Amino acid sequence: MTMSRKRRVLPGFGITMGFTLLYLSLIVLMPISTILLKTATLSWSEFWGTVTAARTLAAYRLSLETAWIAASVNVISGLLVAWVLVRYRFPGKRIIDGLVDLPFALPTAVAGIALTSLYASSGWIGSYVEAFGLKIAYTPSGIVIALIFIGLPFVVRMVEPVLQDFDAAVEEAAASLGASRWQTFIRVMMPELLPALLTGFALAFARGLGEYGSVIFIAGNMPLRTEITPLLIMMKLEQFDYAGATAIALVFLSLSFTLLLGINILQWRRSATALAAKGTSSWRLSKANSQA
Amino acid sequence: MASIEGEFSGVTAATPTGLSEPPLVRWSLIGLTLAYLGVFLVVPLLAVFVKALEKGVTVYWAAISDPVALAAIQLTLLTAAIAVPLNVLFGVMASWAVAKFEFPGKQLLITLIDLPFSVSPVISGMIFVLLCGRQGVFGPWLAGHEIKIVFALPGIVLATIFVTFPYVARELIPLMQAQGTDEEEAALTLGANGWQTFWRVTLPSVKWGLLYGVILCNARAMGEFGAVSVVSGHIRGKTNTIPLHVEILYNEYQFTAAFAVASLLCLLALVTLIAKHAIERKMG
Repeated sequence: MTMSRKRRVLPGFGITMGFTLLYLSLIVLMPISTILLKTATLSWSEFWGTVTAARTLAAYRLSLETAWIAASVNVISGLLVAWVLVRYRFPGKRIIDGLVDLPFALPTAVAGIALTSLYASSGWIGSYVEAFGLKIAYTPSGIVIALIFIGLPFVVRMVEPVLQDFDAAVEEAAASLGASRWQTFIRVMMPELLPALLTGFALAFARGLGEYGSVIFIAGNMPLRTEITPLLIMMKLEQFDYAGATAIALVFLSLSFTLLLGINILQWRRSATALAAKGTSSWRLSKANSQA
Repeated sequence: MASIEGEFSGVTAATPTGLSEPPLVRWSLIGLTLAYLGVFLVVPLLAVFVKALEKGVTVYWAAISDPVALAAIQLTLLTAAIAVPLNVLFGVMASWAVAKFEFPGKQLLITLIDLPFSVSPVISGMIFVLLCGRQGVFGPWLAGHEIKIVFALPGIVLATIFVTFPYVARELIPLMQAQGTDEEEAALTLGANGWQTFWRVTLPSVKWGLLYGVILCNARAMGEFGAVSVVSGHIRGKTNTIPLHVEILYNEYQFTAAFAVASLLCLLALVTLIAKHAIERKMG
């Protein structure tokens, strides 16, 4: 009853909703639907031929592999960074914490040229690694480096709030029952951190798949070897092969949307478990109070 | 009871060592983190400034004050000046509709608003070429009316609006949802009209969130590369934004100039981070 009365009290639903739907349709939905329209101009065999061409498959594979490796590295380093930033105190911590978001704020092209100049064989870092016979710039490793940079904040920012809200009583309980610090971390904390780590991984992976600006400078862009999918789409567009570019994009976009759906499901489950966890911790607190 | 309590207090006294890592572990983890972030974040940032100033301030200044660079700066500012206010207008409208009213399909609408975040920048640019390019859906009609969108300012603005579309809305929606509708209802009951209610009640309580969204939206609008690269056509002094100008200089082996112009974007990123941090502290 109160809900329906509230709805009538506040004005402006019609105009704001109308504008939202109009703007969303014009800017997002209509442009995206052109991908389906354009792909529909291809016959099935043309479509299949384009998306299974050796060069396309190599690009898909490279994009998936490099994004997967980079996101995995980010899970481990992200957990470390989040742990240190939440749990420990040290000078300069606040600046470091702010700096974690740099990859979100720095234009990708700038990241691209900066990383390339560092990891090229004449660069500050590249010249050292080259001494060990390793080449990073203009190889798939270079792509991974760029994607690690781009995806760095995702896991950190997903894990930080979970660590902050982590109930100290649970850790105390584990310690009092004789668990070592490492056992507590693996058996008690990890299960709680896992959804946040997974979400961070999925976000970094999705971002890495589509990334363009930071990668193209360091990748070398050799067809079949260091050509990522977004670059292949760019190449097709520059040759005015719009239908081909669209076909490749359609497959790629379906993958991204599936990931987005997965991330959303993870998030819903997480907010559900967070609510449940809050319930238990307040229950635990009240129990502790009554004991005291 | 007393014995249990005694046992408990004994355990809590022992827990500090159980609840934190030994100093050696702690300091090695801190050291590892600082080294990792140093190599991945600080060194690239430093490299841009070092390489920009490598040949002295005069060369640096010449690269930035070059007419083509100035044209790129102008175009980037103009693009952001159009794209950001439009997305602010949309963000405020959308969050009012989503947060203050109940309707079926709300979750779907929120997901659709977030959609541009999961589209690769290159694909974000491509869809506007498919829509407004010469072979595009509206291509023949636009050509007939001599309207140029792709490879011109409107295309750059459209692609920028697309990639920055969710920023303001996604900051405002949760804030306005948390705020509820009680204060607005009170204002209306006391005789304020809808506009006054929004301006004096709703806006002041979400102003920091709004500013936060604007800052992130602006940083992305000025720095977008992939999407703009597809629709710009790279016409020097005409359709080159700052990031595209950096790319051209770099590909022409004018490294010092490329890093000089890139250092402007680094400054933008640093200002964005500082502003973001300040607002986060204000919002608590």
